[in-house]
Amino acid sequence: MSGIDAATLHSPAAVLARRVRGGEITAIDLVEGYLARIAAYDADLGAYLHVAADAARRSAEELDQRRKAGFSLGPLAGVPLALKDLVVTKGLVTTAGSKMLDGWVPPYDATVVEKLRAADAIVLGKTNCDEFGMGSSNENSAYHVTRNPWDRTRVPGGSSGGSAAAVAADLCAASLGTDTGGSIRQPAAMCGAVGLKPTYGRVSRWGLIAYASSLDAIGPMTKTVEDAALMLETIAGADPRDATTIDAPVPRYRDALSLGVTGLTIGLPREYFPPGGLDPEIRAALDAVVAMLRDAGADVVNMSLPHTALALPAYYVLAPAEASSNLARYDGVRYGRRASLQGQNKASLADMLEQTRAEGFGPEVKRRIMLGTFALRSGYYDAYYKKAQQVRTLIKQDFDQAFANGIDVVLTPTTPTTAFEIGATNSPMQMYLADVFTLACNLAGLPGLSVPCGLNSVGLPIGVQLMGCTLDEATLLRVGAVIERRSGLGDRKPAMTPESDTQPEFAAAVPPTGGLA
Amino acid sequence: MSTDAVLPQLLEEWEPVIGLEIHVQLGSVSKAFSSSATTFGEPPNSLTDPLVLGMPGTLPVYNQRAAELAVALGVATSSKIRARSRFARKHYFYPDLPKGYQITQSDEPLCEEGTLDVLMGTQRMAIRLQRIHLEEDAGKSSHHGTVSHVDLNRAGVPLVEVVTAPELHSAEEAAEFMRSLHRLVRWLGISDGDMEKGQMRCDANVSVRRRGEDRLGTRTELKNINSFRFVQNAIDNEIVRQIRLLETGERVLRETRLWDATANASFPMRSKEEANDYRYFPDPDLPPLLIDGPMMARVMQTLPTLPGPRFERYREWGITGDDARTLIGERALSDYFEAAIAALPSVGCNAVAHAKAVGNWLLTTLLGALNRDGKSIAESPFPATALAAIVGLIEGGTISGKIAKDVFDEAYQTGAEPAAIVAAKGLVQISNPAELLPIISRLLVENPKQIEAYRNGNEKMLGYFVGKVMKATDGKANPQVLNDLLRKALVPA
Repeated sequence: MSGIDAATLHSPAAVLARRVRGGEITAIDLVEGYLARIAAYDADLGAYLHVAADAARRSAEELDQRRKAGFSLGPLAGVPLALKDLVVTKGLVTTAGSKMLDGWVPPYDATVVEKLRAADAIVLGKTNCDEFGMGSSNENSAYHVTRNPWDRTRVPGGSSGGSAAAVAADLCAASLGTDTGGSIRQPAAMCGAVGLKPTYGRVSRWGLIAYASSLDAIGPMTKTVEDAALMLETIAGADPRDATTIDAPVPRYRDALSLGVTGLTIGLPREYFPPGGLDPEIRAALDAVVAMLRDAGADVVNMSLPHTALALPAYYVLAPAEASSNLARYDGVRYGRRASLQGQNKASLADMLEQTRAEGFGPEVKRRIMLGTFALRSGYYDAYYKKAQQVRTLIKQDFDQAFANGIDVVLTPTTPTTAFEIGATNSPMQMYLADVFTLACNLAGLPGLSVPCGLNSVGLPIGVQLMGCTLDEATLLRVGAVIERRSGLGDRKPAMTPESDTQPEFAAAVPPTGGLA
Repeated sequence: MSTDAVLPQLLEEWEPVIGLEIHVQLGSVSKAFSSSATTFGEPPNSLTDPLVLGMPGTLPVYNQRAAELAVALGVATSSKIRARSRFARKHYFYPDLPKGYQITQSDEPLCEEGTLDVLMGTQRMAIRLQRIHLEEDAGKSSHHGTVSHVDLNRAGVPLVEVVTAPELHSAEEAAEFMRSLHRLVRWLGISDGDMEKGQMRCDANVSVRRRGEDRLGTRTELKNINSFRFVQNAIDNEIVRQIRLLETGERVLRETRLWDATANASFPMRSKEEANDYRYFPDPDLPPLLIDGPMMARVMQTLPTLPGPRFERYREWGITGDDARTLIGERALSDYFEAAIAALPSVGCNAVAHAKAVGNWLLTTLLGALNRDGKSIAESPFPATALAAIVGLIEGGTISGKIAKDVFDEAYQTGAEPAAIVAAKGLVQISNPAELLPIISRLLVENPKQIEAYRNGNEKMLGYFVGKVMKATDGKANPQVLNDLLRKALVPA
């Protein structure tokens, strides 16, 4: 068929776009290449919820014709993308990973989707996620589990696990995730992808199915730091449809990538390196990154973010409170699921509502709705919601203080552990701890980037998190590019075979320098 | 016994205390948070979009035009206007509330501590307002047997809620408050206030206490009182109901009651105990609404003189309270009147001295003609300058009032200038005795019997002679001059 090889499908989006624009490869060949891989691997991997094969083919053919007719193409020309199913796509089923929205076909595109289409990217399909973004493993998807391409017995992380797995397994060129408490960075770390949560307000939320409005962000999940920069350039900017977007010019983030780290001060907050609270292999990988950055000219200093321990409890008041409000709209009246009340005599509106929500939401979603409803109850508002907002202010002040003291970038592990086994986490609290290093960034509204910085001894990816001050994604990407170049995975990638057995396909004992092809 | 009959007696001992919450639809062309239209009477659910339907992923952005209209109401009620007000979410489940919450304002409303200038009959009274806040409307549910229908055309329409202090003391005062607010919002052009279309809706909090008592009694909230008449009936009815309960040793329950106009009675809706917990919290999708200097300046600049001060001025000009109230009933009418008054000096009249005459001509003759033709004052074919001209011609003695009516009719029909009609038709009245005396002399000769009757005390005969002279002069004789001349001529020699 297309003659597109695996190496091409492994290429970064920036490379593919250049080659499509140059006429070396066609968009339709790329689309067919990825569709073939999806057909081969995704039944087992479960990265996608919906593959828009026909629409993607049509877009690709149309784009190829435009190129042949001499039109110039956009920065993401012909790049097949996977979008987390929390991002609304016109005419393409969008479920948020929930039975509540089973079969819902939105009549409009998210702003980011409009922008990506305008940049000539192609939407390949929608990826699996924890229901409404509530989870850290994709196990809370109402549809199916997603397996980690590096070890198919393990989770890809979450909630943007499908997007992370699709990028890692070359089932797309790049993807979009959403991040409320770490949902881009944590799965990116666990799947060996680059994941960027932009500053709150940098990217429009119009068309992002809300979980917690004051924390939600859309961002790129990519194979390279350059791709994250390229994607952010495309999707960032003020949007008249989102009153919380920031009206600031969008820089050409790619320009920062070659600047190196000389002269930058990188802070290591002690609260993020708890003795005994961090996987020793992750600790070692970060130590290596720190040594490398020093070597590359950065000034690495110890620092403190004293209110870090309060981030998790504050988050689990605020996010569920907003969720309980945002999810009130799923009542079975206008769209999505409606409980069948056949056979019930005298079913009332309240019965319909209750049964719809009882059937449509999964247990974690219900848990958070109840937590949030409790927190906002009359008489409890001050004790919970207001108090949590005050904590949030303190956390933000911690960061402001650090940046005022000359810290350019805060460096931490992205996750306390590498990808864990499917079904291994048995309490909600244990699962919540998977985001313990990523929550504060959302509470403070700051940008955060996770970059792969090696594999552990069983071949699972490790991520390093970089956090910066408001709107300073460029410096994160600049440091990330150095880490990628000197401590990244290189050409190591998960070994994929078409068989859908669950035998781990990674080369477990491969030394850090070895290639997995 | 009817409420009307028993109430005055009950009120000797009991004092009602009433506070109103009035929702007014802001007449912006699009919805509060989206670009869908706000037209009334369109097919169900035709004025919707993903946001109005509460679809996943949609976000509200507040309509600046609606904010400006609300600020105008705040300024016109001398309210404190918050430079940074906040939106909050109020949660409850109902099929016509698409998001499961209503966007409203809670702790930090746009306006506080205003007063509304209320015309109680012909007396002005300042009623304090606790707040005016912004919110969005819900849709409309209708129930048909076992099915319910939802129309979301109204959902998301921008509203203000005006909340009074509990300082109205009768249903009549409450109704007058409503009328004054209705007049003001129309005056400011921020709403049509059409109650039949639901553009203005009223809830009333009613309690009673024994006269002399300071403490407020337990209140009930009356909902669905959506006409001036209902407001009065419903509140009177509730006052009587509460007094009767208290007089028989029972207590008033804190509850919400729904007014049923057909039954002329209210029924409990829900008690406070089972009330919703609305779980208010600041809407994270909406930054604070900022009212900046330029917006305030724009509003102040376009703010018209308000009806209250105009009423006061009209009274000072000697216009009766009722007429002054009618004149400020509608801004277009008052503006017409103002324009006519402004034109008086150009026709040689003193504005203050002749305002009453202008008012009379406007309210009786012109409005009569417009009513007959089914036209509004704004559609009048007879401009305010022409009305001033007519009054000028009368007051200057050029034409008589009777001729003036004919001149008006012709000017109204043809659009010709009154002065031009007078000139063209030779309608200038005859005030010169030298012209009238020969006619009078001839009449005296021709009507000896009538003279005698007059001289014998039949005063009516004067009218007979006036009529004769008017006939002989085509009605042009100056009535005042003619009367004087006749009286002198009829006195026995």
